[in-house]
Amino acid sequence: MSTTTVAHHDEHADHPTGIMRWLTTTNHKDIGTMYLTFSLIMFLVGGSMILGIRAELFQPGLQLMNPDFFNQLIGVHALIMIFAALMPAATGFANWMIPLQIGAPDMALPRLNNWGFWLLPPSAILLTLPFILALFGIGDGALATGWTFYPPLSIQGGFGVDFAIFAVHLLGISSVLGSINIIVTLYNMRAPGMTLMKMPLFAWGWLITAFLLIATIPVLAGAVTMLLTDRHFGTHFFDAAGGGDPVMFQHLFWFFGHPEVYILLLPVWGFIPQILQTFSRKPVYGYKAQVYSFWAIGALAVVVWAHHFFTAGLPVPALLYFMYSTMAISLPLAVLFFCWIKTMWKGSMSFETPMLFTVGWIILFGIGGLTGLVLADVAADAQYHNSYFVVAHFHYTLFAGGIMGIMAGVYYWLPKMTGHMYNEKLGKTHFWLTAISFNMTFIPQFFLGLAGMPRRIPDYALQFAEFNMISSISAFVLGLSQLLFVYIIITCVRGGKKATDQVWEGAEGLEWTLSSPPPYHSFAEQPVIK
Amino acid sequence: MEIKAEDNGASPDQQRKLANKKLGFKLLWIVAGSIAFSIALVPLYDVLCTLTGLNGKTKTTASVISNTKVDESRWVTVQFTSNVMPGLGWNFHPKQSSIRLHPGKIQTVLFEAKNITSQVVAGQAVPSVSPGVASIYFKKIECFCFVRQELQPGETKLMPLRFFVSTDLPSDVSEMTLSYAFFSADKQ
Ligand code: HEM
Ligand SMILES: [Cu+2]
Repeated sequence: MSTTTVAHHDEHADHPTGIMRWLTTTNHKDIGTMYLTFSLIMFLVGGSMILGIRAELFQPGLQLMNPDFFNQLIGVHALIMIFAALMPAATGFANWMIPLQIGAPDMALPRLNNWGFWLLPPSAILLTLPFILALFGIGDGALATGWTFYPPLSIQGGFGVDFAIFAVHLLGISSVLGSINIIVTLYNMRAPGMTLMKMPLFAWGWLITAFLLIATIPVLAGAVTMLLTDRHFGTHFFDAAGGGDPVMFQHLFWFFGHPEVYILLLPVWGFIPQILQTFSRKPVYGYKAQVYSFWAIGALAVVVWAHHFFTAGLPVPALLYFMYSTMAISLPLAVLFFCWIKTMWKGSMSFETPMLFTVGWIILFGIGGLTGLVLADVAADAQYHNSYFVVAHFHYTLFAGGIMGIMAGVYYWLPKMTGHMYNEKLGKTHFWLTAISFNMTFIPQFFLGLAGMPRRIPDYALQFAEFNMISSISAFVLGLSQLLFVYIIITCVRGGKKATDQVWEGAEGLEWTLSSPPPYHSFAEQPVIK
Repeated sequence: MEIKAEDNGASPDQQRKLANKKLGFKLLWIVAGSIAFSIALVPLYDVLCTLTGLNGKTKTTASVISNTKVDESRWVTVQFTSNVMPGLGWNFHPKQSSIRLHPGKIQTVLFEAKNITSQVVAGQAVPSVSPGVASIYFKKIECFCFVRQELQPGETKLMPLRFFVSTDLPSDVSEMTLSYAFFSADKQ
């Protein structure tokens, strides 16, 4: 489709160059690139923090750090991975690919888009600054509450908590702006003839994510603001002494927190079927069923929050309700799994790196979902809550289900974005290193949790020593393997075999009709979908 | 989405920009709505908890005695525990660890508080009943937890609690625990 690449009058640079290009850009591809780069950097920052934790947990006893610093690392690691690595990666893909996939010239609100991104670096600084200040003897470091901010600990903490609260405010504004932009783009900018039910699944996943974000992020912002006023302005929202209730914070936090886990995954569920379709050379199976499942999961996501604190003393009817509603989520999720498998079924499959990551992803994310069902059982959760079993569960969903899914997307779209093929051999090596060391890191943690090792502790009983040692060594392999990922990306940006427009033999969709890399202004004339 | 170039002077491009802005602002209403919702949750939560007794919350004001019938066919045990929260330099404990009583019968138990610091200190007691379902049947007539308590340096004070257990307490509850947490009520 050569009409789409016809040079528009401002094709070559009516945009500034150098640093000003990036500071002022409103181009969806530039902004997407910035999101993805930021995400990769923060992924490495958050990763190094947790390697500090794994080093401390290598042996029982306190070797490297005091417990307070340990707790700070854990909390900031989680906040960075969720808000500064996973969410920006998904938003980066949205910016890059949604306009291309729906045949739009750009995002609907380009200036808002620029703002959305540039709020991120300041919030990353807010999150990490307390560590640096503490080095100079100012304050006592970052927040030590874990990423969940539970009072009363968060009311007693030092100014690290305030920094984190402001960081969450900025991050919240950023994702609300990003979401509004995506919804408007999807509603107003689709190519003529592309009805909602003809949108690629990635667009669908993001549409529901965006609605979840604008509905729940303000609740988190409200909760942490109340925390702030409790800390400094004498209110007692969560302070029992003044008639408040710390458990109410848990309700507010998880009213956001549970939808958040689907916010992190819906974009991935969107592009996984597209990858499967490409490398199975068969159309996506059950498109409609997948769209309806997205809706079902989006709706259920906001009514199951209390499964995160079954042990806080809820009455039995509430326990039963939250148990059954949580388990009900696995039904639409099972529909999705079925569709993914059926898309591959009897296809002529090939296993390039994106496909390897995708197939691995299905298996590992499956383990994450199944162990979630175990935790949703109220009676079992009384034993497993706050244990390493929970840690292993949410790493199967967030590292495998989130990060490894994003990696599949990176390998899938990198040739399109850069115009070069990445090194396939290194890509495959990266997959196997990641998959094996990931399992070696977290399988032992399931057993540690079953045996009763609590999470968020710097020291542990002797009987847990061997499994922690295995987990720590594997974690370092996992972390170092990601340097290979960085190397592959950098070499691919720099050069390599020229990518064709279609890139992958079985690839279908509007983004593959453009040149690789696509022109700075794509679809100046919108394609028409029949 | 098709944009029809209507004859009002604006190009389709400008019209689209306008439509985008409009929808963007409409979506801000959802954001405003959920901010309002998060604030409204606070009173809603309190109302829900005091109405249903979820979370073991009991009323913070005195109950009126409406029905003085005593159900002599039933025995209920009420246990007492106490905690002093960090930041309050007091000793505080119940004078008896439990009491056996008939539903409907009014009882008085004493708690003893001692200020072990050399300053005048104010505290606020926060009660909680477990199991949570029992908390709305636990009726306080007079309680030191209704107001702030102030102790002189070294002063010891006996604090009374007058209460009864309502006769419509569900029949499967025969035991309940009343716990007091004493918090510092001085501004730091
Ligand atoms: C059918 C699917 C799932 C079920 C039934 C489920 C259930 C649960 C339950 C009951 C807990 C609380 C355990 C405890 O603290 O005692 C939990 C924790 C968690 N889950 Fe899941 N889950 C599912 C899928 C997911 C997915 C898809 C994600 C992320 C993308 C996820 C992320 C998390 C996280 C981050 C936590 C721990 C939060 C914390 O305490 O810090 N879960 N899950
Ligand atoms: Cu959840």
